[in-house]
Amino acid sequence: MNINYLASLIAVIVLFLLAYVGVEAAGLRYFFGVLLPYLAVIIFIVGFVKKIVGWAKTPVPFPIPTTCGQQETLSWIKPAKIDNPTTGFGVFVRMLLEILFFRSLFRNTKMELREGDKLSYEWEKWLWLFALAFHYSFLTVLLRHLRFFLEPVPGCVKFLESMDGFLQIGLPGIMISGILLLAALLFLLLRRIFIPQIRYISLASDYFPLFLIMGIAITGILMRYFIRVDIAGIKELTIGLVTFHPIIPDGIGGLFYVHLFFVSVFIAYFPFSKLMHAGGIFMSPTRNLTTNTRATRHINPWNYDVKVHTYEEYEDEFREKMIGAGLPVEKES
Amino acid sequence: MFNKKLVIAGLIIFVGIITFPFWFNQAKVIAPPEVKLTERAKEAKECVLPDKLKMRGEHMQLLDVWRGTVVREGNRKYVGTNGKEYEMSLSNTCLDCHSNKADFCDKCHEYASVDPYCWDCHIDNPKETK
Repeated sequence: MNINYLASLIAVIVLFLLAYVGVEAAGLRYFFGVLLPYLAVIIFIVGFVKKIVGWAKTPVPFPIPTTCGQQETLSWIKPAKIDNPTTGFGVFVRMLLEILFFRSLFRNTKMELREGDKLSYEWEKWLWLFALAFHYSFLTVLLRHLRFFLEPVPGCVKFLESMDGFLQIGLPGIMISGILLLAALLFLLLRRIFIPQIRYISLASDYFPLFLIMGIAITGILMRYFIRVDIAGIKELTIGLVTFHPIIPDGIGGLFYVHLFFVSVFIAYFPFSKLMHAGGIFMSPTRNLTTNTRATRHINPWNYDVKVHTYEEYEDEFREKMIGAGLPVEKES
Repeated sequence: MFNKKLVIAGLIIFVGIITFPFWFNQAKVIAPPEVKLTERAKEAKECVLPDKLKMRGEHMQLLDVWRGTVVREGNRKYVGTNGKEYEMSLSNTCLDCHSNKADFCDKCHEYASVDPYCWDCHIDNPKETK
């Protein structure tokens, strides 16, 4: 047992109990259904903006883009325009591919000793694959939830939902994104628990978001397939939130409030955690700088003006004494 | 702040996207759907599941079970939790009372953006009424 993941799991269970008991026993429906979600959204937006502005204010002392190809040099040597971008457009394409397809994760390698002391490197693509599956299924789930927040529901949301549910298994139909999300989360968690090197560098702040998102996914899946809730009633509540006419309809069970509470905690926690990589990727100097390091000089923004005493000034000051001592000078007078 | 224009433009776009549901609905009062019951449904007073909330939440699962039981086992008899017997049939039992699809089924389905494929076969038998 490891204190890091145990503490995270317990934290999520405590959050579950807080919301469930708070609603079912103490009847704090307005608190969990209206006040906390509003508070969480405010914390999310203000916290996110503050974090980004803080990063934008931090000077970058050195050009430190990671290079993954030939830098632009002599005309007859072919440069890698995207992997070693010297133009703004190259950087843009590189960022786009990084954000949409996680290219740097694709290059992930695994190093291990085999047959005793043979060092081996192996291309490790599972993290890339499951990270991609996780992020895109999470995005799909998020976009599908727009049906609770928009009225009338736009056609594109309906289309996404019909694509997601096109297997038409069971009623209500299985959504591929939900299953994929949970499977990918499970991989990301088990990877941290079972691979010793990764367990060693994993902290509670790595496990907690995983357990929290799992909690969100599991409560959502429970409500959709197993412990059914009144969807129209829930939409009344969510639409009330986004139109600033909050109401608490009757007959919504504690499980929904747990789901909502998990999401509130998730978005309020977002700006203060590793989850900020969503904004941080845009601010990474290793990605967003051009590699024109040989063409232009990068000035450290915090350089102060160094007081220099050039040789000419030195000679002007001591010329007579230098001539008197027989030392060579550049200018005679 | 470095790259001020870019960072501020990015932040404005981000906040715009995040708050999309707020300005899409423009703080209108959006009334929840009101379903209308037909005269027959009002007379019957009770549905196959007497609990109204349960019916709202679980009717699709019940229909799924009914479909399986009828198609795979050929059994059409359903005994409700209130002891009454019903025929397991969407057309002949459910839609017999709730024949006003547009004012009953569609109301919530449209509100919650649900598009059940029941109607691919079932609504013209019996004919829909207003």
